[in-house]
Amino acid sequence: MNFALRFRPRGGASLWVGAILVVALVLAAASSLVWTPYPPAAIDVAHRLAPPSAAHWFGTDNLGRDVASQILAGSRVSILVGVIAVGIGLAFGVLLGLLAAFAKGLIEDGIMKFSDFVFAFPALLTAIMLTSTLGPGVVNAIIAIGVYNVPVIAKLTRATANSVLSREYALAARAAGRGPVAIAFDHVLPNIAPALIVQATIQFAIAILAEAALSYLGLGAQPPQTSWGKMLADAQNVLYNAPRLALYPGAAIALSVLGLNLLGDGLRDALDPKLKARG
Amino acid sequence: MLLEVAELAVDLPMPRGWHRVVDQTSFSLAEGESLGVVGESGSGKTMTALALMALTPEGARVSGSIRFEERELVGLGERGMRQLRGDRIAMVFQEPMTALNPLHRVGAQVAEPLMLHRGLARTDAHRRAVELLEHVRLAEPERAARSYPFALSGGERQRAMIAMAIGCSPRLVIADEPTTALDVTVQARILALIDSLRAESRMAILLVSHDLAVIAGHCDRVMVMYAGVIMESGPVDVVLRQPKNPYTLALLEARPRPDAPRGARLATIPGAPPAAYDHRAGCPFAGRCALTVERCWSTPPPQVAFGPNHVSRCHRADEVGLIQ
Repeated sequence: MNFALRFRPRGGASLWVGAILVVALVLAAASSLVWTPYPPAAIDVAHRLAPPSAAHWFGTDNLGRDVASQILAGSRVSILVGVIAVGIGLAFGVLLGLLAAFAKGLIEDGIMKFSDFVFAFPALLTAIMLTSTLGPGVVNAIIAIGVYNVPVIAKLTRATANSVLSREYALAARAAGRGPVAIAFDHVLPNIAPALIVQATIQFAIAILAEAALSYLGLGAQPPQTSWGKMLADAQNVLYNAPRLALYPGAAIALSVLGLNLLGDGLRDALDPKLKARG
Repeated sequence: MLLEVAELAVDLPMPRGWHRVVDQTSFSLAEGESLGVVGESGSGKTMTALALMALTPEGARVSGSIRFEERELVGLGERGMRQLRGDRIAMVFQEPMTALNPLHRVGAQVAEPLMLHRGLARTDAHRRAVELLEHVRLAEPERAARSYPFALSGGERQRAMIAMAIGCSPRLVIADEPTTALDVTVQARILALIDSLRAESRMAILLVSHDLAVIAGHCDRVMVMYAGVIMESGPVDVVLRQPKNPYTLALLEARPRPDAPRGARLATIPGAPPAAYDHRAGCPFAGRCALTVERCWSTPPPQVAFGPNHVSRCHRADEVGLIQ
């Protein structure tokens, strides 16, 4: 009975709508690995700018490439960027945040000042700077976006870890003779995981947007690889002839980001009622 | 002596400089003895308890001497303290709701110090944890060990906390308001449990409480703290029956009594305790005390001895209880 109470979903509609959209995104990416209606990069100039039909669900673009196939293939890039960029953020951010929370003093100040320093730069401009120095491409875009997740996660980790450390059970663990590493992994991490999961979901959405922006500027995915941002950039050239070409990648980005944000909100409500109360 | 504390002082860093929250605190504790620490909130009793375990807040400065089992603890360092904590010195906290990690099973939390200090394997530690839970008279110890803290009542959780504390047979158990968060009936049972554990293993208890009745019933000696200093200390029955310090007397008079006339108002101590930053030259109780005279403001009160181990820190200790 207690378990049923504890795990009753509290996220409501936003959790489920978000989850469905995110699952759809993941399924699209997964299926594109084995099957797309056409090879996404296959050029067919004879059928360029074809309207949607049974053969081409979303029509074709100005080079005759199948839009539906490109959308499917593009979801792969979005997920890849999101997973790795958030992964970089979590790996370094959690470590730095925990270090700050436990070390206090100069180390804490240093880490937090460094985070503020990174924050002080406009994220997208720095990503543009990084990709234009390192060279355009998905990998460099991922690194550029991931770097920005580090201070976000570090700050969140430190703040939530400090609140866990001020709980009596953290003091009790110290009174039982446990060291900082044991306390970090046994007491702090499990208790701050909900906040981290929620933030990771939000950062995932931001990463998808950032990748789209970089690819739109030609700094992300390079041909023949496709991505939603790149599709938008291509659609821009024929905006007067076929405005619908901008619609598909735009809708794909919007739905993915919406889904992730709803999922994040829903998870926040479901995992941590206190976070919800704070706003 | 198991524990000898001499001239202990704790300073906390505050935006406007150091605040002394514990000052000139000296006491000792023998094996199997129970010492009560009583005082208002902010009197320094919890900070004294934390100082013994070197668990004072980040940046706090602890000076003086704490000798435990012939070893100096002030300046021992985190590594050395970690070996003592949970093994030779254990602590029971006030809030059993928050002192157990909500995400771990109770049995695992009780087993933890055993694996840490006794090197027990996980399964052995768990078996021992169930025995300990049984020893602290938890009904259905097996089920309790498998439960998460939220499934236990406050009293059950406090029993689990005690099981966790006594697992390695510590010589000193510091209980910081162990029953404050509990019902009165549960409170009595928990205190009886602590008494019987003390009798059977001869561990020393430092019982921190704001409740004079708790101290009176469960301690051999008592020290009364106010604004970070010990105002009076001595055997429980002597101090509480014939207090020689106006502060102790005021505390005793402020306590609810069953024989009080109906509708009588509870006596209170006028004013509020001095804030930690409000450093004064004289007695910290000056002004709130009915016996305040000129020199209370200017000169720190002397320690006046009455009988064996009974000491009061007051300029007019001789007059306490005679005039009022």
